[in-house]
Amino acid sequence: MATVPVAEHARPPFWRDERVLAVIAQIAFLVVVVLVFTYLYNNVQEGLRARGLAGGYDFLRERAGFDIGESLIDYTSNDTYGRAFVAGLLNTLKVSVVGILFATVLGILSGIARLSPNWLLRTIVGAYIEIIRNTPLLVQLFFWYTAVMLKFPRVRQAIQLPGSVYLSNRGVAIPWLVPQEGFSVWVGFVVLGLIVALVAYRYRARYEERTGQSGYPIITALVTWLAFVVIGWFVAPGTPAVLSRPALKGLNFTGGTRMTPEFAALFLGLVVYTGAFIAEIVRGGILAISKGQREAAKALGLSDVQMMRYIILPQALRIIIPPLTSQYLNLTKNSSLAVFIGYPDLFFVAGTILNQTGRSLEVISLVMLAYLTFSLTTSLFMNWYNRRVRLVER
Amino acid sequence: MTATAETKQPGRVARGALEWLRDNLFSPWYNAVITVVLGAVLFVVLRGIFNWVLYGARWEVVLVNLRLFAVGPYPSEALWRVWLAVGIVAALGGLSWGAWGGRNLAPTVVAGVLALIVAVLPLSLNVKGPMLASFVVFIVGHIVSMGRTRLQRPLVWAWLLSFFVVVFLLKGFGEGPPLPSVPTSRWGGLMLTILLAVVAIVASFPLGVLLALGRRSELPVVKLFSIVYIETIRGVPLVTVLWTAAIILPLFLPEGLRIDNLIRAMVGMTLFSAAYLAENVRGGLQGVPRGQYEAAHALGFNYYQTMRYIILPQALRAVIPAIVGQFIGLFKDTTLVAIVGLLELLGIALSVIAQPEFIGLQREVFVFIAAIYWVFTYAMSSASRRLEARLGLGTR
Amino acid sequence: MKKFTLLLLVVSVVFLVACARGATPTTAPTAETGAVTEQPAPTPVPTKQEQPEAGSLLEVVRQRGKLICGANANLPGFGYLDQEGNYAGFDIDFCRALAAAIFDDPNAVEFRPLTAKERFPAVQTGEVDVLIRNTTWTLTRDTSVGLDFGVVTFYDGQGIMVRKEDNITKLEDLQGAAICVTTGTTTELNLADQMRARGIDYTPVVFETADGTFGAYEEGRCDAVTTDKSGLVARKSLLKDPDAHIILEETLSKEPLGPAVLQGDPIWHDVVMWTVFATIQAEEFGITSQNIDDFMDSEDPGIRRFLGLEGELGKNLGLTNDFAYRIIKHMGNYGEIYERNLGPDTPFNLPRGLNDLWTRGGLLYSPPFR
Repeated sequence: MATVPVAEHARPPFWRDERVLAVIAQIAFLVVVVLVFTYLYNNVQEGLRARGLAGGYDFLRERAGFDIGESLIDYTSNDTYGRAFVAGLLNTLKVSVVGILFATVLGILSGIARLSPNWLLRTIVGAYIEIIRNTPLLVQLFFWYTAVMLKFPRVRQAIQLPGSVYLSNRGVAIPWLVPQEGFSVWVGFVVLGLIVALVAYRYRARYEERTGQSGYPIITALVTWLAFVVIGWFVAPGTPAVLSRPALKGLNFTGGTRMTPEFAALFLGLVVYTGAFIAEIVRGGILAISKGQREAAKALGLSDVQMMRYIILPQALRIIIPPLTSQYLNLTKNSSLAVFIGYPDLFFVAGTILNQTGRSLEVISLVMLAYLTFSLTTSLFMNWYNRRVRLVER
Repeated sequence: MTATAETKQPGRVARGALEWLRDNLFSPWYNAVITVVLGAVLFVVLRGIFNWVLYGARWEVVLVNLRLFAVGPYPSEALWRVWLAVGIVAALGGLSWGAWGGRNLAPTVVAGVLALIVAVLPLSLNVKGPMLASFVVFIVGHIVSMGRTRLQRPLVWAWLLSFFVVVFLLKGFGEGPPLPSVPTSRWGGLMLTILLAVVAIVASFPLGVLLALGRRSELPVVKLFSIVYIETIRGVPLVTVLWTAAIILPLFLPEGLRIDNLIRAMVGMTLFSAAYLAENVRGGLQGVPRGQYEAAHALGFNYYQTMRYIILPQALRAVIPAIVGQFIGLFKDTTLVAIVGLLELLGIALSVIAQPEFIGLQREVFVFIAAIYWVFTYAMSSASRRLEARLGLGTR
Repeated sequence: MKKFTLLLLVVSVVFLVACARGATPTTAPTAETGAVTEQPAPTPVPTKQEQPEAGSLLEVVRQRGKLICGANANLPGFGYLDQEGNYAGFDIDFCRALAAAIFDDPNAVEFRPLTAKERFPAVQTGEVDVLIRNTTWTLTRDTSVGLDFGVVTFYDGQGIMVRKEDNITKLEDLQGAAICVTTGTTTELNLADQMRARGIDYTPVVFETADGTFGAYEEGRCDAVTTDKSGLVARKSLLKDPDAHIILEETLSKEPLGPAVLQGDPIWHDVVMWTVFATIQAEEFGITSQNIDDFMDSEDPGIRRFLGLEGELGKNLGLTNDFAYRIIKHMGNYGEIYERNLGPDTPFNLPRGLNDLWTRGGLLYSPPFR
């Protein structure tokens, strides 16, 4: 490299022209990639043919024949593999969405508590974070399921809590609304109320920003929504829903609704695990806010809570969001560990389908596609949100 | 690491414990309430835990199965090979600690104390002997190399070599007496967990660096390929990748070529780890100022030379903590290979709780293996923090 | 750095390749792999050739020097790890019998523990040579899953186990029950079919492993647990208080369990089938591992053919003529294998029932060795 020519006015010969080389390199790379893939594809085709296995996704329309323990949609063994797949998909979504909500709350609280002036609180939360972050999630899930959930009393000795809530190793049984004829009308009112309440919130929040006077946006929104819920209840024909209480009948609880121990274990495991990671992110975000901001808040006479709510958190949010997104994605992906504790999520159901049909390539491609879609959607949403809260530089 | 800005303030001891208590536990009234309530809860919880650990738990399930937890169903007549491997790692560990750690006798003292504890423990001699020997080897290695920084380079090579020596030792060859082959289906326990994590991180390193360079490449085809690979792998759970490696990979191979179950799990973990490593390395690459590229270009370096001598050394140094963090994650993720039927630490735990004489002892078993994982990951993460501090990263 | 990286890459590739220990080429060194995979259109009739046609698993196994058998590691009596970490059980003994037939060495076999879910891909991908893991022979599995069955080692039926205290005596009592079941089994499907046919509402609680299933049942997560009756008997003996549980009389389905091989390899398929038949035929002849040498001077042409003293039966299979002798000498006849693993001297004490010779009212019936 000592004798690099200083400058060449003439065009270099093509084998030393960077632009040409770049094209050649890419073509070579492409050729290699294509060759490798063709080779692999041929192997698959030949392998499948030799084993007399057919390809294609038609099997999704065939009768599944197996039952699923819990499902958000109606599903019986007479339904198709496709529907079973959707049932699993929805179960994954259910545990992910609920898990993300609770993990966020737990994480933010723990992150703030980690910085509390109270030594005891700080230390306890620190121990929680260090223990949880440094042990494998799967071990924790097994612990939650076999050493916590299944150790609750048997169903006949269920613990009764006030309000007809029963705890046993069959899960938690709670009273629940059973829809009657006017239910859909009432739900319409509830949803409408939610929209109106959101608008009201925005309106009052704007007012607050504009005038500096308290506009009580949260209270306004809540009252609006409750009004809609109550009015809807009476407007709807008949009684929209009746309360069903769980009762031990025969071998199990009937009536009300139940949360299975499998779901509970997965939910708890994911929330506690992800919460610890979110706590560290929140702590980092808060620590990154300069001391001057705190001092200014103090000088303005804001209380600790007000300082957190209005000064620190909104700024910390900008730092927090990108790593938070990846924690949300991790939680969704980690929900696939459900397979180890018997919660029928996407991965579990897909495994059963694969086993019954032998269509490994097709099933795995569908599963991967589903998770990729989750990931991409979450990323897109969080990117959009990130842009919204980004500091507007003047 | 709990030492945030606030905790360090009461440095003046003269102010006394009372004032510390007031400042840290009881300063405004609501903190006093929190302290009292938490203290009460903590007392009850801790008492429960202590009672269980000391009197309630049946730890014999762990004691009886210690060998299974350590090496799984590895044949007992070949156990000396595992001990030899431990000895090699201990020797290298001692040497490295001396070569990098400076003139500091603390590791030797700690190892000596641990050795004494082991010597007192009621273990059978064929466990105690090799264990003590490993400690001795560690201490000798440490004292020999203390402060000799010129040993650093050979040691890096020795570590790399030791990896292959250890695997060869554990695997063996042929049927004959010197080292009869041990099928991988008989590897297990903590040994397999460590092996899986190490293989995945070592093997994913070159792949990850290439992918990171590919993602920052100016060649659109290479760049696209790298992005698609990285984002696909990062978008799906590890279990699906392991599944693919276990079920699909054999389909892609030509007829009759079989790959061992364990190797497939390793391939799965490596492919998975490479995508994450690529993103870490990319972070390091982005941290290298543009001026460095321009300077290299001005000196007439070509792409290869620029990367080799200027960019990668800086980028990789900056991402060492991130890579350690990733290794910790991988170490925890090895538990997932239970899905392809390997008997690593968690797999062993699951078979132990199914032993008829120990039914219903899940708590003991899971707490025990969680403690093992915790010791390893916590040690690694505190080591990484110290490394970070020494490299002066994050403080610039 | 780069040099270092490159070295690392090269070394790890070499390492991985070196470790791919099973990486034996299917065919003799000269034949190219691709050509052989194309279906050999007419099934080659194994006439008096010394070696079977290249491309059969038999040849691969023989060159490898040992058999790879897909097995269960969690089913006491059928396939499990004993305290020394060795595989033992009824299914395991048939793996060993196959190894004895090929190598005259019942230990020339490597066992791959497989879960219910992993087992079929393991055969499809050639990870195991043969699957002997309490696997039910069904039409789907014999066709579209890509396996070949053909012989039954154990006639079983699906049963249900419940706790005595629940006073359940028939399936209808299980209205509203939670039932533990292992995924990826015919059991899971039969349960769904039966309960649907009888209009019984139930909640399945599905687990990946039998350990998980029975662990959850033991803890009271489910009111009942279902699997093959033999499995229930075996598992019941492992429960904390076996007497607190009963197995219902009712049988939900037919479960013929037998070895499975990859579809499209008639030579290998024959070897596996006739190994099992040899154990059955031996019991019919009254030949045991103890007395087999007394039969070596038998005048009965049927026995002489069976033991390879006359004719070329073994050669036609691609084995040696004394393959049946090897099997019986090492592993014993069907009855011996059964008694050793499931008989009165074991904790299971399972009556022979259907798994007795046809001459004694059972279903075991070997085609003639002729």
